[in-house]
Amino acid sequence: MTIFLQQLVNGLSLGSIFALVALGYTMVYGIIKLINFAHGDIYMVGAYIGYFVITGLHLGVVPAIIIAMAACALLGVVIEKIAYKPLRHASRITSLITAIGVSLFLEYTMQYFMGAGVRTMPDDVLLEGVLQIGGVSITYTQLMIFVIAVLLMLLLQFIVKKTKIGKAMRAVSTDPDAAQLMGINVNATISYTFAIGSALAGAAGVLVGLYYNSISPLMGMTPGLKAFIAAVFGGIGIIPGAMMGGVSIGVLETLVAGYGGSLYKDAVVYVILILILLIKPSGLLGKNEKEKV
Amino acid sequence: MKNWFTKNNIRWAVFTVLVYALFQYLISVNIINSYYQVVLYNIGINIVLALGLNLIIGYSGQFSLGHAGFMAIGAYCAGLVMLKVDGTVGFLAGIGFGIVMTALIALIIAIPTLRLRGDYLAIATLGFSEVIRIAITNMDDITGGAAGLNNIPKITNFNWIFGVIVISLVLIVNFARSSHGRATASVREDEIAAESMGVNTTKYKTLAFVIGACLASVGGALYAGNFYTLTPGIFGFMKSVDILVIVVFGGMGSLSGSIVAAFLLGLINMFLNDYAELRMIIYSVLIIVIMVYRPNGLFGNKELNINAIFKRKGGKRS
Repeated sequence: MTIFLQQLVNGLSLGSIFALVALGYTMVYGIIKLINFAHGDIYMVGAYIGYFVITGLHLGVVPAIIIAMAACALLGVVIEKIAYKPLRHASRITSLITAIGVSLFLEYTMQYFMGAGVRTMPDDVLLEGVLQIGGVSITYTQLMIFVIAVLLMLLLQFIVKKTKIGKAMRAVSTDPDAAQLMGINVNATISYTFAIGSALAGAAGVLVGLYYNSISPLMGMTPGLKAFIAAVFGGIGIIPGAMMGGVSIGVLETLVAGYGGSLYKDAVVYVILILILLIKPSGLLGKNEKEKV
Repeated sequence: MKNWFTKNNIRWAVFTVLVYALFQYLISVNIINSYYQVVLYNIGINIVLALGLNLIIGYSGQFSLGHAGFMAIGAYCAGLVMLKVDGTVGFLAGIGFGIVMTALIALIIAIPTLRLRGDYLAIATLGFSEVIRIAITNMDDITGGAAGLNNIPKITNFNWIFGVIVISLVLIVNFARSSHGRATASVREDEIAAESMGVNTTKYKTLAFVIGACLASVGGALYAGNFYTLTPGIFGFMKSVDILVIVVFGGMGSLSGSIVAAFLLGLINMFLNDYAELRMIIYSVLIIVIMVYRPNGLFGNKELNINAIFKRKGGKRS
């Protein structure tokens, strides 16, 4: 039981990072129906920016996260303007290939300038210490990751539900043409969506760098795919679904690894994905849409 | 009795022989030296893989991101047989074994997943291909695990690759022009309309998917016979992406487009080899630029027409 609870705690902190990345995927998919494969790499860029803010400018964790979020938001908007905007009316597979191109570009540009090696995040910026609750140990890092992730998700919920931008985002994702007729600036709304999604990925990058203590130019690939699976798991395009999916995938993965199946942990994630798609293709929280001719 | 000797068929046959002779000549006088041959074989294998994927994406309109998985099955089946049986017999048996296994697995995958559409299908196929790769990695006793298979005899040569490409092309073109092919195209154009006209959409989607997967398996077998070693790492997500880039770059539904694209991308990669560190950056920028300026690929869904342009290098049949 203690092992189970311990793995659950580990899973929750890892899962909340997945959830942050998954949110970006889901928001972008919801609004322009694009699987943004470059999203995992924005998360990687976020991790590097966090690294340089902490080691170069000697700032704390919170400023590092804020600067990384701002820079990633900008990066997301620039990518959208250059690579995706000209393709908004092209076939979806074309935009998907472009997204893969952007992803490769970010990975190898980073590798070119920063080297392919792994860099170690300094861990002296964190509060040392472990919280013991009935045999389950929670490190302050885990706690901090969890709290920051939850705060960011609450902030996102607030933006989406209560602000004018959020309302515009929901309108555009429901029906872009109708939204435009109602006087919503669709292009600006899409840019905001990319900015917010990328900012969340940037924050997740810094957090994961602190969690694992290491960052590398290719670190975004696998978590990117997993976060995407998490988004599908919860129902792509649905914001609470992405949070739930991210946390579920994180918990599942640590549980499988914790019970000795670490070789199969990736396979389990994919098998779950396939099962979800077969049983309920629209995801756990998704609504089944009837097809119209 | 069908007349096989139409003007068009004869022209294509002559063209094929000429292309074959040209390459053989270039190889024999060492203009295509051993380094270029490696590049050429790679391009050839990519063409076989791309043709299979083009059948799935371009002809039946189903979006698969799992081509590397089927390639892995074909490569490992062929590799295992070739380690037991020597020579051409072993290679042929390996290809056959690979095709049978791939067809079975593709069928098992296709029946449930092809109910999905668009992006969901893409993700499901991606998931399956990753599961195949992880399964291969974990079956240490049979596949050698992460270290892979070693000392596979090298049998693949230009004749094998050229032969496989020609056979694949004849197969796909004949499939596309048969009533099955027309039914498959109708599914691509409008699934609901096709279904209401009485086309068994699931059957044709599955058919195209399985044939495409089998071609990937043959491509994998050629790969196994070419590189001496196989490791599961080769068949990751990026391999599927490489093939997908060829298909989309050439134009979905255009076989000649796939062939030209495989050549162009292969040559670009070869020239970029001199700039090792910049290679992937330039390659990715090229992908983005090509997609932004030619969203439908080089050829769109058109084919090279031999009767219009008789002497240019390109694909088979119009």
